[in-house]
Amino acid sequence: MSGSEPLLRVEGLEKYYESESDFIDRLLGRQKKVKAVDDVSFEIHEGETLGLVGESGCGKSTIGRSILQLRKPTAGSVYFKGQDITTLSDSDLRDLRKEMQIIFQNPQSSLNPRLTVNDIIGEALDIHGIEGDVSRDARIKDLLERVGLNASHANRYPHEFSGGQLQRIGIARALAVDPEFIVCDEPVSALDVSVQAQILNLLEDLQDELGIAYLFIAHDLSVVEHIADQIAVMYLGKIAEIGTPEELFAPPQHPYTEALLSAIPEPDPLWDGDRILLEGSVPSPIDPPSGCKFHTRCPRVIPPSDYEFEQEEWRAVMSLRHRAREEDIAVETFDDGAPMEALREELDLPSTLSDPEAERVVQEALRSVADEEFGDAESLLSETFDTPCSTDKPVLRETDAGRVACHLFDPAYEAGPNDGTTTGDGPAAGSAASGDD
Amino acid sequence: MAMLEVEDLNVRFYTDDGVVRATNDLSYRIEAGERFGVVGESGAGKSVTSLALMRLIDEPGVIESGEIRFKGENILEMDDEEMRSLRGNEIAMIFQDAGTALNPSYTVGEQISEAIRYHLDLDEAAARERAIETLESVGIPSAAERYGDYPHEFSGGMQQRVVIAIALSCDPDLIIADEPTTALDVTIEAQILELLEEVATEYDTAIQLITHDLGVVAEFCDRVMVMYAGHPVEMAPVEDVYYDPQHPYTVGLMSSIPRIGDDRERLQTIPGRMPDLIEMPPGCNFHPRCPYAEESCTRVEPRLVDVETGEPADPINSDAQTAACLAHTGELDGELDYEVTVRGEDGPAESGPASGSPGVTDR
Amino acid sequence: MSSETSQRTTERGRIRVSGFDVDRVESREPLSSWEPDLQSEAGRGRLEYAWMRFKRNRLALFGATTIAFMVLLAVFSRPIQLPSSFPVLAGQTVQPFSLAPADPAAQDVITGYREPTLENLLAWPSAGLYLFGADWAGRDILSRVMYGGRWSLSIGFIAVAMALLVGVPLGSVAGYYGGKVDELIMRLVDLLYAFPFIVLAIAVIAVLGRGYWEMILALVVVGWLPYARIIRGEILSVKENEYVTAAKALGSRDRSIITRHILPNAMAPVIVQATLSIGTTVLVAAALGFIGLGLSPASAEWGVMLNVEQDAIARGRWWAGLFPGLAIFVFVMAINLVGDGVRDAFDPQGDQTDTDTGGLR
Repeated sequence: MSGSEPLLRVEGLEKYYESESDFIDRLLGRQKKVKAVDDVSFEIHEGETLGLVGESGCGKSTIGRSILQLRKPTAGSVYFKGQDITTLSDSDLRDLRKEMQIIFQNPQSSLNPRLTVNDIIGEALDIHGIEGDVSRDARIKDLLERVGLNASHANRYPHEFSGGQLQRIGIARALAVDPEFIVCDEPVSALDVSVQAQILNLLEDLQDELGIAYLFIAHDLSVVEHIADQIAVMYLGKIAEIGTPEELFAPPQHPYTEALLSAIPEPDPLWDGDRILLEGSVPSPIDPPSGCKFHTRCPRVIPPSDYEFEQEEWRAVMSLRHRAREEDIAVETFDDGAPMEALREELDLPSTLSDPEAERVVQEALRSVADEEFGDAESLLSETFDTPCSTDKPVLRETDAGRVACHLFDPAYEAGPNDGTTTGDGPAAGSAASGDD
Repeated sequence: MAMLEVEDLNVRFYTDDGVVRATNDLSYRIEAGERFGVVGESGAGKSVTSLALMRLIDEPGVIESGEIRFKGENILEMDDEEMRSLRGNEIAMIFQDAGTALNPSYTVGEQISEAIRYHLDLDEAAARERAIETLESVGIPSAAERYGDYPHEFSGGMQQRVVIAIALSCDPDLIIADEPTTALDVTIEAQILELLEEVATEYDTAIQLITHDLGVVAEFCDRVMVMYAGHPVEMAPVEDVYYDPQHPYTVGLMSSIPRIGDDRERLQTIPGRMPDLIEMPPGCNFHPRCPYAEESCTRVEPRLVDVETGEPADPINSDAQTAACLAHTGELDGELDYEVTVRGEDGPAESGPASGSPGVTDR
Repeated sequence: MSSETSQRTTERGRIRVSGFDVDRVESREPLSSWEPDLQSEAGRGRLEYAWMRFKRNRLALFGATTIAFMVLLAVFSRPIQLPSSFPVLAGQTVQPFSLAPADPAAQDVITGYREPTLENLLAWPSAGLYLFGADWAGRDILSRVMYGGRWSLSIGFIAVAMALLVGVPLGSVAGYYGGKVDELIMRLVDLLYAFPFIVLAIAVIAVLGRGYWEMILALVVVGWLPYARIIRGEILSVKENEYVTAAKALGSRDRSIITRHILPNAMAPVIVQATLSIGTTVLVAAALGFIGLGLSPASAEWGVMLNVEQDAIARGRWWAGLFPGLAIFVFVMAINLVGDGVRDAFDPQGDQTDTDTGGLR
């Protein structure tokens, strides 16, 4: 990591999509914005690998394509060797494509089934008029051998190869123009274990030999940990945490990183680590949660300072609030005799909360829910129990280990009684393994 | 007698390009309540195994020989009526892609209660009630309300829960789960595995889990069968497979996976790729990729043997670790000189022969 | 067993396998003659596979043979002379054969209708003349049906080819660029679709007048719509493929992306549709002929022949309508068989090699 200008610098990158709409909607301007990528910044140095991890729909592939200008970013800049490439003309961009390439997840769909391997790799050479001293065929042969393929197969069609071989062809195509930077968009996700390792090794060898920098996009943290120098964890279009693998896996960690890491099944039958189970699934990016986007699933939301909450109580109240917002409580199915008890049971709320003041508010909210006045319940809860997590957007800030975007590590919010860092890993495992309390 | 016994199962596909040998002399058993893992890369014949259990092999595939005994009865000799009542009722299946396993034009509730009505002979109201109970048991909130929702109104993880609910609805004795979490994100995968574990314990259901993910197997299974090119190459209790693998292919797989906290620069992986099942290498199918292969490996097809004794394996009656490699029958001149070390264990006791390959290095 | 000595742990990445030495495999001579081969035979493209599948389909082959036979009959029914406007070779006979037993225009008005008789059919050596009988003007129907294929068949093929030339580029542009261009083209298609096929064709002929090229133009005006629609839909899905993104990432130009990467992969359903619609086009041309909007009543186009003999069957002269009708029927049937064959050839759903590798995953 030199102090010099990085090879690639992304600043405040944003990419919004218009949600699906028909002709009439477009005419009337009735469209919703989907924030696929929301204010993302990072740098990649020469010969370095940045791993980008996250669950499906978090915007990681969009970042890759926006950097290559295959999809025009809505806002933000991408500096390649110090030059902002978001403003380049089409022909300047075409020249730049020699230096930036991409390889894809699905080797079957990333190669044109009607062209031979020779045509596929040759196309890259033809576009940029790359021939040099050697002939086109010799160059193709050389590329095929470099990625570990038999050069005599150049006249075959893609459907004759296996997945791993196709991925190698895809890599050869990207290498054909001698790039300095390659976006690897889940290049091993579709491959078998042994082939995955072969491709990872190949990518590393190429990096050593040719000094190529990678943006390595994947959903599998263990793969990324193996190959990356820096890892960025994404959630709903934002970077939650960024740092070297060591920093990332050491505390302090973003609660999402923690959950993501704990969810990876360890290939060790005697491994017995704590598993943090996140509730529900990723919210829709059309209408993302306010404040910290992770707060609807976060096991470590900061409780309001005016009230005394046990961690589970607070979690249950948050869940009540979340479900009231989504109107996801089937009130009519509860027992008519004691709807409140049934509701409390459904929501894992203890029969009385430890703080009587909080108990009063929750009871009122539950009554609204029982009358199916979800809006009232939601606004009551969010007004009374305000937490910075649902109101303020966290920013990436330097910690002892990497940069983390979470209020837990922001001194401004340290007033809360249940600061996650002071009680060690207790609150982290709190909601999942509550049996020991 | 185990609940499920598969003996010498051979499945062939007769195609224009040649005969695909999808499984070869496959034998294993699953006890009641056991979790049995089938691991292998694509094209190893894992899925064919599960389809054969359900007798769902279609043209041009044929179950050429072998027996599949479920509770002592040979499935392959049952008539269609018996088979239908077995499917779903006693053996249920969970597929990889929940999105296509559910019929988009019926509500999820209807799809569950249909299975219940058919197999348990309940009236509509009772079936509905049971369907809602099942949906609740797989952790779908507001089950009664979501009964009337269509599959597309559920997220991927929730859809997989519904598929599990359908599988559970008739309280089967065996669930065949074919890559149930492959299409899901890790955090959702963790939820689904936890759920499967819960229901398997609660209903005392045996599960045959087919997967390529060695992490999932380690976490979930009691016993494991590793398949390569349609052959079982190693079968053992899960801990032996991970701490003391006895077939070079298993060793290669173990060393190919990137592990968190592992600081190796390079992954030692298996070179080449799996042969297609039409034209397989002679002798041991793995020999072109095996660092320990010798000339004898190209002549003799190794049998599954007990790694301690070298006697032919009896996968139906014994739990011993078995592997199909000539090293265990003394027909290999060299040694399988790999080593498995476990960090943090007392050094000398664990390293070397104890954790390496005792049956081999001793000779 | 070693496992009994291991303890449960929360630490990750404890197990390490060493000594699985890949280099040994790569550096040694192959142990056996077995070599990992590619998944199928050498260098066959998808088109070749499609052709192989087509050849296996007997019905489709039968259809193709029938069409070839009808085309040959039409071409060799009468000699072909180049028109006098043709440079250098003006007036030359390029096709000297004359298979038709009589000049299709030779009249014998005095005798008029002749019934095809069994004796005539079985006579040996066959006279050829009047095998199918003769029409009101005493013209030999067999000769007219053979010669009429020139009109009917060529209208079918030419109209479809021209419709493709209009529909495919428009649909491609709409599908690839989307946005306003797409909106404009597809709304035009919707608009034209709102009229019944035949009504639109009638309207065009009413404006342009009757004639061979006028008829083809009428058929093209309505005929390009389905191609534009199909190709647009296909392109929308094909352009999502990563090889298209890869080509963009390499800096290919739009034209090359469309013609090299998108169109070849989107054409299959269009070709199927085009094959099938040659039949419909011939039918529509015949229908236009039948309602008197086709070629001149003197021409031997099959629809026109039917038109002229509209009342023949009612008057007991079944042969005058039967044979041209039969010609249309046989041709359309044959084209449909070929069309189905082409569709099956392009769509490997029923192909065995593909289904079982899927099952083995």
